[in-house]
Amino acid sequence: MNGFELSERSRPIGRMDSDKSQRVAYALRLGDDALIAAQRMGEWIAAAPQLEEDVALGNIALDLLGQARSLLSYAGQLEGAGRDEDTLAYFRDERDFLNAQIFELANGDFGFTIARLLVTSTYQFELYRRLQASTDDTLAAVAAKAVKEVDYHRDHATQWTLRLGDGTEESHRRIQQGVEDVWPYVAELFESDDLVASLAAEGIAVDPATLREPAMSYVDSVLAEATLPQTETSVHHTGGRRGIHTEQMGYLLAEMQHLARSHPGAQW
Amino acid sequence: MSDPQPRQAAQPGTPGSSGPRPHGDFDLTAEGGHGAVPTDGVPTQQAPAAAARRDWPLWEVFVRAKRGLSHVHAGSLHAPDADMAVRNARDLYTRRQEGVSIWVVPAAHITASSPDEKDAFFDPAGDKIYRHPTFYTVPEGVEHL
Repeated sequence: MNGFELSERSRPIGRMDSDKSQRVAYALRLGDDALIAAQRMGEWIAAAPQLEEDVALGNIALDLLGQARSLLSYAGQLEGAGRDEDTLAYFRDERDFLNAQIFELANGDFGFTIARLLVTSTYQFELYRRLQASTDDTLAAVAAKAVKEVDYHRDHATQWTLRLGDGTEESHRRIQQGVEDVWPYVAELFESDDLVASLAAEGIAVDPATLREPAMSYVDSVLAEATLPQTETSVHHTGGRRGIHTEQMGYLLAEMQHLARSHPGAQW
Repeated sequence: MSDPQPRQAAQPGTPGSSGPRPHGDFDLTAEGGHGAVPTDGVPTQQAPAAAARRDWPLWEVFVRAKRGLSHVHAGSLHAPDADMAVRNARDLYTRRQEGVSIWVVPAAHITASSPDEKDAFFDPAGDKIYRHPTFYTVPEGVEHL
């Protein structure tokens, strides 16, 4: 055994590796949230109640896709295994996706989509606002750009929640049903675990648990103004951050990935 | 060639039914278009379910490209109210950084000159060349005129 090997071993290389893999996982979590949200939002194009709303939801989808591209590219670059954004998006299987389950749920009607967007965009707004101060320069830069985008998404969801909730009997019923359907998936967004807690301690990540109060107080205030009653749930679905997903995820991936997998490397 | 059927007859779902509405169940009738075209008084035969969507009034959109320029008519859109009209205008007409400021005006509030009055309105100005400031001699060296 020579001195070189000894000095290599004496470096805390194991810790650095786990730190890096944690960063990769964190970037994947955020990137997968954005990617899956973009895929769902894009499904509304040509199916929204009005042409104007097609474009609005399409713009939101494109914002989210842009965030996903930055985050997945960064994850692939950090990982150093030669996986780019496309490989990560199109050639991972369901258990490798780390998005929270709320993002993958089928769109349902417009009421459900708006209820979900209100929660997820508020969560992302509070997250990115704090992530701008990350000690990781790339994450901070992505957050600084994304926070303005999700601010608009949150506004769009807010405007529609107010109009549907305080609108007709039917619109009130639809948005209320949407809120009730989305509620069991909300808590997962604010779950903390060892990975995110240790990254947060280093100033790299934002601990989602710290986002619950500001995010939910905003959501609650919008729901109250929209004359929607408080929603209670005893069911809390979770597992997305560990690659456990709902039945609807498989169908989403099949649609999103089939072209890239049928024609690997295709360009257009 | 089969006889054309009334559109309503082919539409799934009845007004007030709680069943899911399949995507693609649209009101395909174009209305309004560009310019302040009055949309009331136009006879329509829509199913009541589609009528709710037609309730969205038409708005004219004016966009200012940058500070110092005036707002210029960009087009029109449908929106349920003024706040949503501004947002829809942002999404439709400023996607490529076309503007820094947006105005929306209900199309119904615009009073337009009539094409029938074109001769009386505009032709008399045609031969008044003295209204152009082209008969003044500009002293040498004057800038910023």
